[in-house]
Amino acid sequence: MLIDSGSPRAMETIGISLTINGETRNLQVAPWTTLLDLLREGLDLTGTKKGCDHGQCGACTVLVDGKRINSCLALAVMKDGAEITTIEGLGQAGAMHPLQAAFVEHDAFQCGYCTPGQICSAAGMLAEGHAHSREEIREAMSGNICRCGAYTNIVDAIEDVMQSGAAR
Amino acid sequence: MNRFDYVRAGTVAEAVQALSGANARLIAGGTNLVDLMKYNVERPDRLVDITRLPLNAIEDHEGGLRIGALVTNAIAAYDERVASRYPVLASAILAGATGQLRNAATTGGNLNQRTRCYYFYDDATPCNKREPGTGCPAIGGVNRIHAIFGISPTCIATHPSDMCVALAALDAEIRVAGPSGERSIPFSEYHRLPGGTPQFDNTLQPGEIVLSVDLPAQDTASHYTYLKLRDRLSYAFALVSVAAILDLDGDTVSRARFALGGVAHKPWRNAEAEAFLQGKAPTRENFEAAADIVIREATPQDGNAFKVELARRAIIRGLTQAAAGTPQSVSDKRIA
Amino acid sequence: MVTTISSTGTDSFVGTARSRVDGPAKVTGLAKYAGEFAAPDLAHGYVVSGGIAKGRITAIDTTSAEAVPGVIKVYTHENRPRTAWLDYNYRDAVAPPGSPFRALYDDAIHYSGQPVALVVAEDFETARYAASLVRVTYEAELPAVNVGAQAELAYDPPMKRAGIKPPPEPWGDADGAFQAAPKKVANDYRLAVEHHNPMEPHASTVVWEGGGKITVYDKIQGVSNSHGYIAAVFGMNKEDVRVLNPYLGGGFGIGLRPQYQLFLAVLAARDLERSVRVTLTRDQMFTFGYRPDVRQRVSLGADAEGRLQSLRHDALSGTSRFEDYQEVVVNWSAILYDCDNVALTYNLTKIDTYTPADMRAPGAVTGVLALEIAMDELAYETGQDPIALRLKNYSESDRTEGKPFGSKALRACYAEGADRFGWARRNPEPRSMRDGRELVGWGMATGVWESLMQQSSAQATLTADGKLTVGNSTGDLGTGTYTILTQIAADALGLQMEDVTTKLGDTDLAEAPVAGGSWTAASSGTAVMKACRKIAAEVFGMARAMDDSPLANVDFDRVVFSDGRISVAGDPSRSVSLVEAMRAGGVDKVEATDSAGPDSGHAKEFSAYTHSAIFAEVKVDEDLGQIRVTRIVSAIAAGKIINPKTARSQILGGVVMGIGSALEEESMLDHTIGRFMNHNLAEYHVPVNADIHDIDVIFVEEEDRANPMGVKGLGEIGIVGTAAAIANAVFHATGKRIRELPITVDKILG
Repeated sequence: MLIDSGSPRAMETIGISLTINGETRNLQVAPWTTLLDLLREGLDLTGTKKGCDHGQCGACTVLVDGKRINSCLALAVMKDGAEITTIEGLGQAGAMHPLQAAFVEHDAFQCGYCTPGQICSAAGMLAEGHAHSREEIREAMSGNICRCGAYTNIVDAIEDVMQSGAAR
Repeated sequence: MNRFDYVRAGTVAEAVQALSGANARLIAGGTNLVDLMKYNVERPDRLVDITRLPLNAIEDHEGGLRIGALVTNAIAAYDERVASRYPVLASAILAGATGQLRNAATTGGNLNQRTRCYYFYDDATPCNKREPGTGCPAIGGVNRIHAIFGISPTCIATHPSDMCVALAALDAEIRVAGPSGERSIPFSEYHRLPGGTPQFDNTLQPGEIVLSVDLPAQDTASHYTYLKLRDRLSYAFALVSVAAILDLDGDTVSRARFALGGVAHKPWRNAEAEAFLQGKAPTRENFEAAADIVIREATPQDGNAFKVELARRAIIRGLTQAAAGTPQSVSDKRIA
Repeated sequence: MVTTISSTGTDSFVGTARSRVDGPAKVTGLAKYAGEFAAPDLAHGYVVSGGIAKGRITAIDTTSAEAVPGVIKVYTHENRPRTAWLDYNYRDAVAPPGSPFRALYDDAIHYSGQPVALVVAEDFETARYAASLVRVTYEAELPAVNVGAQAELAYDPPMKRAGIKPPPEPWGDADGAFQAAPKKVANDYRLAVEHHNPMEPHASTVVWEGGGKITVYDKIQGVSNSHGYIAAVFGMNKEDVRVLNPYLGGGFGIGLRPQYQLFLAVLAARDLERSVRVTLTRDQMFTFGYRPDVRQRVSLGADAEGRLQSLRHDALSGTSRFEDYQEVVVNWSAILYDCDNVALTYNLTKIDTYTPADMRAPGAVTGVLALEIAMDELAYETGQDPIALRLKNYSESDRTEGKPFGSKALRACYAEGADRFGWARRNPEPRSMRDGRELVGWGMATGVWESLMQQSSAQATLTADGKLTVGNSTGDLGTGTYTILTQIAADALGLQMEDVTTKLGDTDLAEAPVAGGSWTAASSGTAVMKACRKIAAEVFGMARAMDDSPLANVDFDRVVFSDGRISVAGDPSRSVSLVEAMRAGGVDKVEATDSAGPDSGHAKEFSAYTHSAIFAEVKVDEDLGQIRVTRIVSAIAAGKIINPKTARSQILGGVVMGIGSALEEESMLDHTIGRFMNHNLAEYHVPVNADIHDIDVIFVEEEDRANPMGVKGLGEIGIVGTAAAIANAVFHATGKRIRELPITVDKILG
C-alpha cells in the first residue's frame, strides 16, 4: 500500500503536492476535503464556486491536468501530483484569457456566480475538440447551469473564441 | 461526510485485501460516491483509492474489446475502436451526465452507481435500499422517475446508468477479481432486481472489484441507436431510454437486441420480445408487437404510469431508428 | 416636476450598449460573494435540517456531535441565546403579515426541512460531519400540504401585505354576463410550485469586530433589510452593524428577505464573540420560500366576435401557517383587457410549508399564465386570431384603478413581435404545421408587470483628480445596476465611464431599498442622477466664481457637462474643466447625497405598467412527447432603455426562466410526509444550455414621464407570459390544451 491512514480518525491529514495555476504547493489535507473546499476554504481561491456541491450544476468546474471536472466531487487527496487550473489561473483582469474577454463582450453572464465554471468548462471543451457547431456547443456546455439564463450569449462568446482560434 | 480511513491501493490484490473486514468502498472517479457521502447515504469506514491500479486501458480482446474499469467515460466514448465498433456504447455514454462528469467518472463506477430515487438520497426519509426494513415511501409517494418493471413490495428504484443500457444490449461481460480469484459475470446477471434485499444493487460478492468490461466480437456498427427521453434536453437522467441493435439479413431481422433504461432496477431486456422479431421484417407492425410484449409485464405506480406508454413508443422508435440506420444524435435534439 | 437627464450631461452613455463594469471582476473570479469573505479565526456553521413537516421535537441529542474534535458549539432550541421576544422585531422590510419564522425558537416543527440545530466548528468539514451526528426525535403529526384539499378553509387575508393591491371590487355582473354570453371558456389552471434556485446558495459571513460590533456579508437583495433585521432581532444599535453584499449570485426574489442562515450566523457570532460563516447547502435552498401553489379558474364570456362580456378570475393560494403571503395574481386580467363585467377574487389557505416568497414577477407569472392560456382558448372558441382577439379587447385605461396608463406601447409590441416572428404565416389550425416528424406550434401571449419606484437615496463624490464615485446600499443581482448607474453618473457630469466608480451593497452607503420589483433602475438611477446634479451645481458655482471665468454670468441651465468640462451650451470654447474649477474652489472633493421617490402627482393621475408580447415556436415529437422551444421573440415596452446590452440580458434571463416554468420546473411534494422530494438540481430541472435556442428581444420605444429618466424596469417583464406563449404553441402544435404546467412528457402523452 502506498498510503494507509491507519485506524479511523487516527490520522488527520495527508501530505500532497498540487500544482495550482502554475505554482507547486505542498499541502496537508484531510482525506474528506474536496478539491473545491481546498481551493475555496484552504487556499482562498474563491473564484471556483460552490453551487450545489454534488455535481449537479458545474459552478465548481476546474481543469485538472487539462481536463474539466467538477471539483466538488474530487477528493483533494486523490489529486496528489496533479496540475490544477482555476479561473484565477486562466487569466487576470488586464490580461484576460480570450474566453474571459469574450464573456464580457457578449454579456455572457449576469450574476457571475456560474461564470468561472462556465469559462473553465468552455476552456476544457475547446481543448477536447469535439464541439464544432452551436448545437454541439450547447450540448457540450450543458453541464454548467446558468440560472440567470445567459445561455445564448455564452454560446455566442464561445463560438467567437472558437472561430478566432484565440484559445490555446 | 463521515470520517474514514484513506487507503491507496497499488495492486488489485491490495485493493481486494483493503476491502475485507471494514465497511470499505472503492473510490475512483468519486462522482457518485462522494456525492452520496455528502448526503450521508454512504458512510464507509474506509475508502480504497484505486486510481493507481493498472486498469485504465482499452485493449483488443478475443476479437472484441476489453475496457478497463478505470477508463473514464469520456475516454471510452471517444475511443476510436469503441466509436467504430460499438457506437451504441459511445452514444449511450455521451447521452449521460456532462462533459465534466464523464471526464472523472469511470467504467467501473458507472456500473456500480446507485439509484437516483429521491427517498434513497434523502436520509430524513425511510428507504429499504438505504436502511433495510424501514419501508419504501416512494410507493404511494412521489414516484415519477421510478421503475415499472421488476419491482418488489420493498423497492421501486431504478438503475440510472445510460452506459449500462448499451452494455446490456451488447451482451458484455464483467470481469471481476475477489478473494477467491477472478471470474466473469454475464451482463444480464451483474445487476439484479430488488426482491426482498434492495440494498444490493448487483451480484458482486464482498471483496470483489471490477477489473474490466469485456465486449464480445460482433458487428454493431450499422443498425443501432441509443434513444434517451428525459425531462430536459441534456443533463438529466432517463425517464426511459432504449439501446437497440439489429442484425439485418436483407429485409429480415436475424437478431434483435434491445435494452431499456430508467424503467427497472437493472437495464431491462425481454427475451421473448427479442425472439419475436427474429426472422421477421423490420416493420412498424412488428416493432409494435415486440413493444407490446415488453410492456405486458409493466406494474407502474400512480406517478410513473406514463412510462409504460412512453417505453412502448420509445421501443418502436428506437427499433425504427436502428433498422433505418439513423441512430439518435447526441447533440441534435430532434428525435430521428 | 419633470426633469430630463440631458439637462446636465450630454447623454452619451445612457441609451447605448455597454459591457458590464463589473464584468472583469466576475470573469476572473475576483468578485467575492457573501460566503467567500475571509475573517481571522473564522468558525463554520452547518445547519441541521428537520425531517418532519409538523409536530414537535421530543429530544435532541447533540452529545456525539459535540464530542467531535473541532466542534465549538451546537445550538438548538434548548440552548439558543435569547433574542427579541416580539414578532414585530422579526418582521423584515418586505415581510407579509404574520409571525415570521424564528429558527431554533422552540420545539415546534412548522415545516419539513426546518432548521433544528446549528453546529459550529473550526472548519467546514468538521461542522458538516458533526451535523450528521445530531440525533433528533420527533412526535410527528400528519401535515396538510395539498392546497387543493384545503380549499374549504380558504379565507380573504385580513391583513393586506404592503405594496400588494388586493383585487378591486367587482364591476358589472360577471356571472350574469357569463351565463348570457354566446361564447364561453371556463377552466382551471395551475402552475407547479417552483424554487428560485439562484446559483449562489444562501450564505452569511459574520465578522466579529470586537466591542460588540459586527460586519456582516449577507446574501440579500438589499443590505438595508438585513441591517434592520439584525438590529431589531438582536437588539443591536444599527451603528454597531455593517452589512455588505457587493455581489449577489442571483436572487430572483429569494434574496429579498433575510433568511435563517443570517439569524443563525449572527446568533453564533455574538454568542461566541467570534467570526462565523453559515452557508446553506443546495438542498437547504428548498427549505424556505418558493413560488406558491395557486389554484386558478378563469371564466371568459364573449360575444361571437370575441369581445369580452364577462371576465372572472379566481385564485386560491397556499401560504404557511405563520404568515399570510400575498401577491397580485388576478388583477392583471382586468388591467390587460377591457370588460364591463368583471369579478376577481384572491384567497389564501394555510398549509404546513414555509411561507412562499416573491419569485421573479410574483403573481404575474401565475395569473397571466392562466389568463393568457384562457385568451388563446377564447381565440379558438371564437375563430379569432389570438392577436386580433387581444386588440379587440385592448384596455385603453386601467379600470382596476380608474386611471389612464402613463404609457402603453403594447400594440406596437404585438405588431413588431408578430412581424419579426412571421406570425402572418401561421396556419391557425392545430396540428397543421410540421417539420419532418415534429409538429410545429406557434403561440403567443401578453406580458404585463407593474412599473414601480421606491424611495431611494444615493451619494456621489467627485475628487480633484476628476474621478467620481457614486453608490447606495441596494444590490446588483446581476441585473446590471453597477453598469447603468455608472452610465447615468458619467453622463450627469460629462465624464468617461472609466472615471466613475459605482459602489453598491454596503450599509455605510446612502440608504436604498432591496432590489426587487424591477424598481432599481428608476429608483437608484434617479437618486444617483440627482446627487450628481447637486455636484454639478456646486462645481459649476466654483467655475463661475473663478477669476475671469469663461462661465461668468452664465446660468446653470445653459451649461453642459462633457469631456470633464463645463461649457456653455452651443459654445464649447467657453469652458472650464471640473478639475480646474475644484482647484479654484480650493476643495479636494465635492460630495452630495440626494434621494428620489415616486412622483405622487404622476402616480395619482396615471397607472404605470410595462408590457410585452411573446411569440413562441415549439417543435413536438408527437409520439414521444419531447418538446423543443426553437424560437422565442419577446417584444418589450418598458420605457427608456439605459443599456440595451444588459437590458437584453434581463429579458433573455426572464425568457429562459419562463421556458423552465413552461416545460421543466416543478417542486414535487410528498403529501404524506409533507416534503419537497426533488430538492436538488439533479431532480429539480432548470433549463440547461441544450434547452435554449434562438431568443430574439425587441425593445419598443416608449415615452414615459413617471420618473425623470423615463425608465420603467426590466427585471421581471421578460418572464411574464412566456410560459403561456409556449403552452399556446404546444396546443397549436398538438391540439392538446394543457392547463397544468410544467408541460412534461406525461401530459403530452396523457
